[in-house]
Amino acid sequence: MAQMTMIQAITDAMRTELKNDENVLIFGEDVGQNGGVFRATEGLQKEFGEDRVFDTPLAESGIGGLSIGLALQGYRPVPEIQFFGFVYEVMDAISGQMARMRYRTGNTKTSPITVRSPFGGGVHTPELHADSLEGLMIQQPGLKVVIPSTPYEAKGLLISAIRDNDPVIFLEHMKLYRSFREEVPEEEYTVEIGKAAVKREGTDVTLVSYGAMVHSALKAADELEKDGISAEVIDLRTVMPIDYETVLKSVEKTNRVVVVQEAQRQAGVANHVAAEIQERAILHLEAPVLRVAAPDTVYAFTQAEEVWLPNYNDIIEKVNAVINF
Amino acid sequence: MVNTDEQKKMMENRHHRLGLSDNDILEMYRTMLLARKIDERMWLLNRAGKIPFVVSCQGQEGAQVGASFALDTKRDYVLPYYRDLGVVLAFGMTTKDLMLQGFAKAEDPNSGGRQMPGHFGQKKNRIVTGSSPVTTQVPHAVGIALGFKMEQKDLVSFVTLGEGSSNQGDFHEGANFASVQKLPVIFMVQNNQYAISVPLTKQVACEKISDRAIGYGMPGVTVDGNDPLEVYQAVKEAADRARRGEGPSLIETVSYRLTPHSSDDDDRSYRERGEVDAAKEKDAVLTFAHYLREHNILTEQVEKTMHDEMNQIINEATEYAEQAAYAEPASIYNYVYGE
Repeated sequence: MAQMTMIQAITDAMRTELKNDENVLIFGEDVGQNGGVFRATEGLQKEFGEDRVFDTPLAESGIGGLSIGLALQGYRPVPEIQFFGFVYEVMDAISGQMARMRYRTGNTKTSPITVRSPFGGGVHTPELHADSLEGLMIQQPGLKVVIPSTPYEAKGLLISAIRDNDPVIFLEHMKLYRSFREEVPEEEYTVEIGKAAVKREGTDVTLVSYGAMVHSALKAADELEKDGISAEVIDLRTVMPIDYETVLKSVEKTNRVVVVQEAQRQAGVANHVAAEIQERAILHLEAPVLRVAAPDTVYAFTQAEEVWLPNYNDIIEKVNAVINF
Repeated sequence: MVNTDEQKKMMENRHHRLGLSDNDILEMYRTMLLARKIDERMWLLNRAGKIPFVVSCQGQEGAQVGASFALDTKRDYVLPYYRDLGVVLAFGMTTKDLMLQGFAKAEDPNSGGRQMPGHFGQKKNRIVTGSSPVTTQVPHAVGIALGFKMEQKDLVSFVTLGEGSSNQGDFHEGANFASVQKLPVIFMVQNNQYAISVPLTKQVACEKISDRAIGYGMPGVTVDGNDPLEVYQAVKEAADRARRGEGPSLIETVSYRLTPHSSDDDDRSYRERGEVDAAKEKDAVLTFAHYLREHNILTEQVEKTMHDEMNQIINEATEYAEQAAYAEPASIYNYVYGE
């Protein structure tokens, strides 16, 4: 086993699938010779050639449409959108086209496309370079949306995404790209899409989160433990579909929930999670489901970023509120 | 002795023929040099850890300034892209304004530090802000020009973009509509040979970006982006056409991006040093200075005074911007909706 950062694990997943399946193609802006602006595709063009890993013209909508055409020809495209804030340029291809291919063609055609894209805040990139737009994606039936929080899971989930026969939006939090390393097997393995993971067991409150906020939730749980509060931390890992079975099982045990997301309060995934819990587990709840989220503004400029982004103190505050309700 | 076209270009007085005075072209050169010097300062500040990001104009100043001088910078509208330091200076943005955006301070007239550097916008100078995915400015320029036409104003909507951006759908949609409606737009593609790491040959298959004009039914020309006078002439003709109600034009200026894409990019992974060094010899900031010296416009004394003044302006602006206040974090709630 090797120690890998999340970005290395992502590269390794693509390498694995390029080897496994000759129909896998990697392309996007600067992904070829340059190896991607974040170096996610470093060395892949050299190893697999320009037919399998290539640079596209600077045109996001075109990248989306091209992916659909290739998918219709039996390929498994893995396009990169350089920053997920640029997804607006390719929204029609994603939400209006690839997500609906199976439906429109009466299940005769699919779009086995994995759209990879960096996103997320805390690295001093202003708006459109840091936005959390997963909420837009989960509103489109036909798409799966995956957000890993560790190198090990990033590799296994990306391999699953590439092998999936439906389009998967694979969102890579920029703050996690190089923030830590962990053991990642060099051989192939998968992590199932649609399954959450209990990252820490607890009995007093359930923290439901995904992406970089999982780490804030874990830190909050460490702090809460000092005050004698036992927090269970669930990493959704896939935000469409959401593994409610795991969430509800935890809620039935702890009776209190705080949902934590980096996206603005009006956006993201937390609203869906909170609504689902109150519909399906209201009699298990001792307090309202509370949310930790960013304020409803455009993504913060750098000087406001630290106060704008949710952090572990915000989580602790909400946990105390549900405990003392 | 005149023995090459290049030398002939230097010796011949071309600016008088274009109706430009000695003072006009000295001012052109001054603006180019100021853009270069501000950009160089930005890199120093970035490498010293004082500003977060730089995206450069270096290698494109000749095209940017030559074009701007052919427009009415007091009345026309400009929709620049992120390298257009030379354009926004010519349209009235100051060194201090630019330093404030480099430092992302509250007083930055572009966005109050809310956008990435290089997202130029300043209402009073009719510099229209753009977004981060490239080419969003093109349909905006067309909409502005439609307004001019409806209001029967003899103004020009001048929009610039890189050659990479000419592949976006927005370019096609904007150019087509402008031509159908015969709108007063000038589309200027600054072909600097690279879209971040992707060389021209991997971006387009046509010989010239200006060839695309045929498909839109508008004139298209390719000019030497390192020759401000040639760019001036092309943009002047396009502006005259636009003001006469004859519709848009596509101008491609060919030069070279002398720096990496940005301060976060390392261009050694995708281009040879020899190529960059060769391009530096054609740098308009050097060759245009040479032209001005040949015509005794840029004397040693003028040049020295110019450099001294500029260094002082940039030093003062840097100091001011460095000490200026950042936006209050609480101001993040401002301007999400109207009050």
